[in-house]
Amino acid sequence: MSGSFSVFGRELKLAWSGGGGAALPVGFFAASASMTPFAVGSETAALQTAGPGVMWIALALSSLLPMERLFQADLEDGTLDAYAGSGIGMEGIALAKTLAHWIATGIPLAIVAPVLWIMLQGPVDAIGLVVLAALIGTLAFFFFGSIGAALAAGMRRGGLLIALVTLPLYVPTMIFGAAALDAAANGADWVGPLLLTASAALFGVATSPFGAAMALRTAID
Amino acid sequence: MTGAGALSLVLEVENLAAARGLRVLFEGLSLRLSAGEALELRGANGSGKSTLLRILAGLTRPHAGTVRFAGGGEDAPRHYLGHLDAVKPSESAEEQAKFWARYFGRDTETAITAMKRVGLTNRSSVPGRGLSAGQKRRLALTRLLIEPRPVWLLDEPTAALDTEGRALVSQLVADHRAGGGMVIAAVHGDGFAGSRVLDLASLKAGAKT
Repeated sequence: MSGSFSVFGRELKLAWSGGGGAALPVGFFAASASMTPFAVGSETAALQTAGPGVMWIALALSSLLPMERLFQADLEDGTLDAYAGSGIGMEGIALAKTLAHWIATGIPLAIVAPVLWIMLQGPVDAIGLVVLAALIGTLAFFFFGSIGAALAAGMRRGGLLIALVTLPLYVPTMIFGAAALDAAANGADWVGPLLLTASAALFGVATSPFGAAMALRTAID
Repeated sequence: MTGAGALSLVLEVENLAAARGLRVLFEGLSLRLSAGEALELRGANGSGKSTLLRILAGLTRPHAGTVRFAGGGEDAPRHYLGHLDAVKPSESAEEQAKFWARYFGRDTETAITAMKRVGLTNRSSVPGRGLSAGQKRRLALTRLLIEPRPVWLLDEPTAALDTEGRALVSQLVADHRAGGGMVIAAVHGDGFAGSRVLDLASLKAGAKT
């Protein structure tokens, strides 16, 4: 247990010290949402229709960005060998690393989400919900993404594989999450869709460390 | 230096074969190693020394045969030091040693002591990217000292080390054996005093799978 906790602490520190781990995903997220008015037109009605969907697509794709390096660096420098050879379960390592990276990158994404929400003409009183939904959504995206990250860890240019493996797993979260934001934008009941988003995220947190661990054991074999 | 109960530890390898892709590296390897013994693995590059160490570490599955650690349980605590040093470029040397101490559930004092033992005290604040190859290797060696484990699996432990560093490794291995530990190391050049030698070239497979 001390193993997983220490890996969690280390990853959190490394994610921040390694040149602002969140900068690229947050920049990508902000850029894709700010481009939307230029692409769909700046009429309020058009933006309000497209807004929730654009937010979730941007959030999902931004969450994919840090995935390529999630396990790759540890595999390349021998750290994964040292973890695996020390008899501490790979599941704990995968969970600790993914959670740390979600905190380092997923939470900053959720924090900037309201700014983009306003830019896309979303109602101001839904800001709290936007942050909550983005937190839940990125949690799901990071954990489902960790399976793809582990599968592609041993590959050169594994980014494409990560996208192929991961995007189908993103679909339920995407549908429910966008439905929750859409409901909030239209003043409808968003509790149901949000709970479904949360259940998708919990499913990801509970199962993906096992999938990632299996893939990592194969990667070091 | 070594965990309790290590004296009864025995490694039994039976009819082991290793393959990389379609190529069988060696086959028919059987050996028995007791606590306090050291085994030097020798053989040309590509003869399977590293693969054998990875199999013993439980990282790679054998092509055939069995590995059993009797006395220490199926899962006898092992240390595997590969030729990658597991050094992070952005963390300082001391932080990394302290991380491994936390990882193994030890206090940070053991990390400081280990840093002193491998002669890295004056480089403790240098980030990993600023360490020389030999210093990275020394940092990797601290893991052996931080967490006492009966089985050491070392892949060319003296690579990149200077004369003093090689003497340090010999001393660590001698101390570990004196404490009832077991050492299996892939080596080129000078080996360790009083260790058994296994030449993997003699087990080279002729057949293809």
